[in-house]
Amino acid sequence: MGGILRYIRRNPSLGWGLGLLLVLLLFATVGRLFINERDAYALATRPDQPPSWQHLFGTDTQGKDLFTGMVIGMGMTLMIGAIAGSIGIGIGTVLGFTTGYYAGSILDSVITAIVDIVLTLPGFFVLVLIASTLADPATLNVVPMGVIASVTAWAYPTRSIRAQVMTMRERPFVMMAKLSAMSTGKIIVRELMPNLLPYLAMSLAGAVYGGLMGSLSLEGLGIGNRRNPTLGMTIFWVNYYSAFMRGMWWWILAPVAAIILVLTSLVLISMGLDEVANPRVRTRV
Amino acid sequence: MALRYILRRLGFLVLVIWAAATLCFILPHLTGRDPIREQITQRIATMGLSGDAAQAMIDAHKRVFGLDQPLWKQYTIYVRNMLRFDLGYSISNYPKPVIEIIQESLGWTVRLVGMATILAFLLGTILGALIGWKKSPKFLNLLVPPLMIFSAAPPFVLALVLIYFLAFRAKIFPLGRAFGQYTKVDWSSLKFWLDYAYHAMLPAFSLILVSLGTWGLGMRAMMVTVEGADYMTFGEEKGLKGVRLFFSYGLRSALLPQITGLAIQMGAIVSGSALVEVYFQYPGLGTRLNMAIQTFDYYTIYGIVFFVVCGIALATLLVDLIYPLLDPRISYSKGT
Repeated sequence: MGGILRYIRRNPSLGWGLGLLLVLLLFATVGRLFINERDAYALATRPDQPPSWQHLFGTDTQGKDLFTGMVIGMGMTLMIGAIAGSIGIGIGTVLGFTTGYYAGSILDSVITAIVDIVLTLPGFFVLVLIASTLADPATLNVVPMGVIASVTAWAYPTRSIRAQVMTMRERPFVMMAKLSAMSTGKIIVRELMPNLLPYLAMSLAGAVYGGLMGSLSLEGLGIGNRRNPTLGMTIFWVNYYSAFMRGMWWWILAPVAAIILVLTSLVLISMGLDEVANPRVRTRV
Repeated sequence: MALRYILRRLGFLVLVIWAAATLCFILPHLTGRDPIREQITQRIATMGLSGDAAQAMIDAHKRVFGLDQPLWKQYTIYVRNMLRFDLGYSISNYPKPVIEIIQESLGWTVRLVGMATILAFLLGTILGALIGWKKSPKFLNLLVPPLMIFSAAPPFVLALVLIYFLAFRAKIFPLGRAFGQYTKVDWSSLKFWLDYAYHAMLPAFSLILVSLGTWGLGMRAMMVTVEGADYMTFGEEKGLKGVRLFFSYGLRSALLPQITGLAIQMGAIVSGSALVEVYFQYPGLGTRLNMAIQTFDYYTIYGIVFFVVCGIALATLLVDLIYPLLDPRISYSKGT
């Protein structure tokens, strides 16, 4: 533990990112002890109230308490990101290791071609296509939203993990393992995986970021369950009721700050892990 | 052979466009219901279309998409139609063809995104290079955190903040739309151009703010690596002027990954601008897409998405083809 703390002192982006994410997680979990969940939904309080001791972040036009909304919405949005990111990194790891290990095979060419195509497609438009056709928007709660957002979150991890595995598989210790007749599965799990752990963690942060961007964009258009006070949906309502033309700064401030904090923490974590994974990137003088 | 590379790249373009068309065909079939037909019948019920008009609408769709044919034939007809940009008719604005809707709104989007991207690329690259440059004043480093935060945020979220402060509070810019409410669209009058530029500034600003960070931080990182290179030390020893060293030695070689970045970022840029358009009520493709989504106008949704995919795939291809011309070290002559 002491070693980790000492390392984080040398790697401030990782420290700041993890710290920020921890604060946000605490806000979403511990915050629940101080709220009445019903206040996050329409008609719970007096509408259009600026921040006060009773309503820390103010209330919106539908009479939702924004503090309660932020606590619940932060949890929901982080959950959506976590689901999309885990699915993305799960698929990315399986495909990345297979294609990287069997680079040059037909399977590799097919999967790599698919990855290239998916990476060229503009993610947001594909998500719009899928979400508007497949689902009744009112059923798009946290889990389905995370699953849909993962559609565009797997391709990049696949490509970058494949590249890492390809450089790794020619290393002497992998050769040694092969010569000692270790099975392919064991080589991947015991020799390659542990060496790529920081890299996988970095890809996870990236995939969560990608999934969040996807779901936030969909919600920004009002695609999703509009009853849920997720961060993206709050932004949608801000625009829907033109909060900016009515001087309701608190209604804009809360979700914008929350979104920027979440995304910034992920970028910081990913930058910090990049330094762990590729010591040569350490640009700090 | 360069020719082989170009052919391979063209083949990939075809593959991407085919994939997009196939996705548009498969998705409605996956639902197990027929969302398009549901919408049409619902519309007939609510709008009280006469039986004849309704039948005409259904027949038109049947004819264009060969809906009475077996599935594989429907698929080939569909892909062929899409490739000719015969994208069907808008359900909510029937009998307007989808391609006409795209033609009306495309220009607004291309001008906005094009200008914003070029400006952000130039500004961000120069700014990033300056931040990364050893001899620059130290205070430039203070720009790094804000650049990072802006680049992490989705542009439409920043747009809300800009609208509140610059349009509502300070009243410097209009709240939205592409031109004044009482202005006539007239590309030959200077007054219209000024009004148009005035309205485009804030949406462009929110797009620029986001990509400025992407280009700036990328360039800064590249500049730091380039500075360690031997030819830089050599240039310095030769006693070259700082300006020359910065532009011809540093900037030029650090620039190349930025151009690859442009090809990769294309999709994200257009996605971001689609939402910014919605939040500014800007009459481009993004706003039309949003209107189609809100009214379940499936043909318009599919048409716009397909069109955007084609546009981005083409733009990426162009960047990829220009790249070897810029970097004399890369030639696609050997086996690549």
